Amino acid sequence: MATTDTNIESTSTEAHVATIAAGSATTRPVDDFVVPQGVKQKRKSLWGIFREMPFLVKLGTIWLLIVLFSAIYAQLDARVFNGSLPLADPNLQLNGFNAATGEFGTGAILEQPSWARPLGTDALARDTFARAMHGAYVSVTVAVVSVVCGVFVGGLLGSLVGFVRGKTETVLMAMIDVLLAFPALVLLLALISIFEVRDLFVISFVIGLLSIPAYTRVSRANSLAISNREFVLAAQAIGTKRWTILRREIIPNVLPTLLAYAMVAAAAVVVVEGSLSFLGLSVQLPTSSWGNMINQARRDIKVNFGQILYPSLILTFTVLALNQVGDFFQRRSAFRGSSL
Amino acid sequence: MAKRIAFVLLRLIATLFAVTFLTFLMVALLPGDPVDTILGTGPRAPGIEEQIRDDLNLDDPFFVRYVSWLGNAVTGDLGTSYITDQPVADTIQSRLPVTAQIAFMSIFIAVVIAIPVGVLGAYKQGRWPDTVTSAGAQVALSVPNFVFGIFLIWLFAVQLNWLPASNWNRFSDGVVDNLKTSILPAVSLALAQMALFSRLVRSDMMATLRENYILSARAKGLSDRYILFRHALRPSSLSLMTIVGISFGALLGGTVIVESLFAVPGLGFSLIAAINGRDILVIQGITVFIAAMFVIINTIVDLLYAVLDPRIRRK
Repeated sequence: MATTDTNIESTSTEAHVATIAAGSATTRPVDDFVVPQGVKQKRKSLWGIFREMPFLVKLGTIWLLIVLFSAIYAQLDARVFNGSLPLADPNLQLNGFNAATGEFGTGAILEQPSWARPLGTDALARDTFARAMHGAYVSVTVAVVSVVCGVFVGGLLGSLVGFVRGKTETVLMAMIDVLLAFPALVLLLALISIFEVRDLFVISFVIGLLSIPAYTRVSRANSLAISNREFVLAAQAIGTKRWTILRREIIPNVLPTLLAYAMVAAAAVVVVEGSLSFLGLSVQLPTSSWGNMINQARRDIKVNFGQILYPSLILTFTVLALNQVGDFFQRRSAFRGSSL
Repeated sequence: MAKRIAFVLLRLIATLFAVTFLTFLMVALLPGDPVDTILGTGPRAPGIEEQIRDDLNLDDPFFVRYVSWLGNAVTGDLGTSYITDQPVADTIQSRLPVTAQIAFMSIFIAVVIAIPVGVLGAYKQGRWPDTVTSAGAQVALSVPNFVFGIFLIWLFAVQLNWLPASNWNRFSDGVVDNLKTSILPAVSLALAQMALFSRLVRSDMMATLRENYILSARAKGLSDRYILFRHALRPSSLSLMTIVGISFGALLGGTVIVESLFAVPGLGFSLIAAINGRDILVIQGITVFIAAMFVIINTIVDLLYAVLDPRIRRK
């Protein structure tokens, strides 16, 4: 009983925490505590989560998996197998003179969809299906890089200041507020155009940097709520080091909500990249992205609307799917949080 | 109240400093000689290099340059484009009304459609009109504005041939001609706003409809329509106004894309033209202008909200 009392007092001063934490190594480790039967929640398998999704969210998940697969498949084909996988070369002009073989192709420009060319061909007689698959790589890269930036930097910063509070929080959140006050798209345009950035990873990284403030906000709000929960107070009471509490109690509980938010944020990022591509300010042609496919097909809107329609639908479905799946996980993590 | 206003104004000043500093820094960080970047590789008039060096104080240290640039910017001098020989401020002044018109029109369209849709959703909560409008809002939020814009061009310009696909008629050329060219850009920007606003009205009103004063209005025998639009809508108007203000700032970014899609000669169109021509000073000027507008509008919304909401005003 006496030891518990000193522990509670010691949370106020740093020195005591250090001595208690050092002392706790000699006493019985906390982990030996026996969890009462039936208290521990069983973690659901991925398949279990998939089964509990509403029908449309299931469709969205499947669509996202298809997009991810397309991106990986297209890159494998281009980089590892040198085009030997069954997928057309996205930059091969099927009607033009091929310098490598010295032959003319047989395809026509703006072809309608057929078995051989599932989405037809574009104005330069390139296979639209192959270009769309390669375009998936651009969108997936931008989404993944920005999510990684946001979750790692923003999530860590937000969890930290939500738990530690004090001056650190005030200063950081004031800076975040200032950064959030920027119109992100205009800033992005200026950055990319002034420095003439055309590399996919640099663009993704800049977009990721610009999305950090929003992630910080979300994770801070969650971290604030979790910091007041019983298990964090209990950990503080037994004198766990602050860094350990952050690592073992706060971050694991902030992460599910943050990842759900990340999907919705990724949807916005895919639109931003699409807009940049559409303006011709993203990846360099002839590399395809959904945005630049739409832009290039614009000239032939009267002849073949399909060439605009297919990449537009793919882009819209992807954004819709990310929003739907993200919403689902947000509802799910909110539900789980309330039941704890 | 006074404390809040002081805080908001202080934040505005801090943010404006950050905005201008970052924009200036971007150009200052450019690798190589700025004179070469500004002039490009084309033929040069004799003496222009010295003139640029002198105009931009390139021989001064960084902070001196920033302060003198900021001083000029505040007094409305954002420099002169060395490519078109036009002052950047003049370009902004002539292009701003076009962008403002598109932005106002799209906000107007969005609000006019979103309010009845949101009210309907809250009124028929859980039944098919609610399901349909909610699903529609979800989809509308996911359609990028340039995709919707192209679809509108295809439908109204190519298929139906009712409206021109691009081009711009000024307001002085006649209202109808002006509307013909401005309606499609405005609608394509309005779609996402519409979805956002109607969601907000719906969720706000669903909470309001559970209040006691709605029950008493119903007990008095007032018609549903009267209760919905007169009693229940009023408290939602505040949050609606806030989100309208915030989206107005966001719209300034959206106009860049839509203007270049419809060839509307607004600020965004000039920005893209400057980007393609690598007219650094114009990029810098328009960016700082849009960013400052965005920050100022958000601050005004913040203050208006504090003034209008009695709960905040009393604090």
